Amino acid sequence: MPKAVIFDYGVGNLLSLKCALEKAGLDTSIGTSAQELANADAIALPGVGNFSAAATKLDAVKETLINKVEDGTPLLGICLGLQLFFEESEEGPGNGLSLFKGKTVRLPSTVKVPHMGWNTLNMVKQNELFDGIAEGSYVYFVHSLYPVPADKTIVCTQTEYGTTFTSAVATKNVYGTQFHPEKSGDLGLKILKNFTKTVVR
Amino acid sequence: MPLAKRIVPCLDVDHGKVVKGINFLNLKRAGDPVEMAKRYSDEGADELVFLDITASSEKRDILRGVVEGVAKAISIPFTVGGGIRNVSDARLVLCSGADKVSVNTAAVEKPKVITELADVFGQQCVVIAIDAKRNPTPSADKIMVETGEGSVWFEVYTYGGRKPTGIDAIQWALQAEKLGAGEFLVTSMDKDGTEDGYDIELTRTISERVHVPIIASGGAGVPEHFLEVFTDGKADAALAASVFHYNKYPVPVVKDFLRKAGVIIRQ
Repeated sequence: MPKAVIFDYGVGNLLSLKCALEKAGLDTSIGTSAQELANADAIALPGVGNFSAAATKLDAVKETLINKVEDGTPLLGICLGLQLFFEESEEGPGNGLSLFKGKTVRLPSTVKVPHMGWNTLNMVKQNELFDGIAEGSYVYFVHSLYPVPADKTIVCTQTEYGTTFTSAVATKNVYGTQFHPEKSGDLGLKILKNFTKTVVR
Repeated sequence: MPLAKRIVPCLDVDHGKVVKGINFLNLKRAGDPVEMAKRYSDEGADELVFLDITASSEKRDILRGVVEGVAKAISIPFTVGGGIRNVSDARLVLCSGADKVSVNTAAVEKPKVITELADVFGQQCVVIAIDAKRNPTPSADKIMVETGEGSVWFEVYTYGGRKPTGIDAIQWALQAEKLGAGEFLVTSMDKDGTEDGYDIELTRTISERVHVPIIASGGAGVPEHFLEVFTDGKADAALAASVFHYNKYPVPVVKDFLRKAGVIIRQ
């Protein structure tokens, strides 16, 4: 079974993501070292935490992580994990991985924040991560910020909440969701299984 | 489509079993939390709340094993409350698989715990539970709200509804929001267990004044009550226990009713 490593920023619930990735067919462990990441067949950046604190933790493994991604190891970023793909965030100081140009900004104050609950996906481009996922499917969100990619061709889905924001990106072996697939019931599990397919091929 | 309204079954747990009382008393046994969590998740519940209802007064630890069991059985979000007093209590629960923690008594007694929790885990993890009861005694420093029963203010109770605090629930919500609360779970003690409908005035007054989501709780008896609290009460989510536990109106029946009434509900 391919090995996935969830990078631990040191806070919050990683058990749900671990269970979900295991259900999706990945032998999943939680890790913090460059060595653990180097041995992984797939890497997940989880969704709970603060940008600045997570960016600091990632600093120590940044080079390994970027090399792995360049070598083709599938990377899945969820919520904060996706936001860390970009250069910076309005949440606080620190540098993201800069895999993509762009930054993370706050949701507008015209709506209740956090954006918490089930909202729909509007498909912008076809991607293997969303194979079998229908237009308008409900997934679970809980966040106060969202990424604004400079390169719009990486945008996979959008969602409406006070504004139209990027709710998933994908290009080559890098996948990111602003929603939580591990909390999105059977449909979320389907997305994680699609991710697993990119690992085993 | 905008954000869907959430239907949230609540599992009140005492000594590892789900129980449900009337007006916070007369507890009756209802079932196994892991089995019930799985059933609700399969039926289309949008989220679950798990409250260890005796923990706050008896100072017991959260039943970590039950939390882990529930979290492994389901793939929808899950809040745990009851006896959480500080960052280390919250860490234990969140690392056992919960997505959010609900804090009630500890937050009222030491409000800065809200900020400490939000700083460590993020605002979205911090649910402030408010148990409130109508108080008809006019008071100049309270927010008086017009209701069908005349003018009242809403008093916060702690320790599972045992201790009146003299604190105005609306003022408390505004303060807690500033300190970092990510969501409010607002329970009407007058309505809890009555199956007589939610306290619409309580829910609406808080929902209109804060900028984070509100889960209404206490009083659900029929699907119409959910409709009322989403429309007139302006709730973002509606919590219920007995209406689901005893299978009177299963989750799909309530959701189907709401969808037909024009409420945006997850399929």
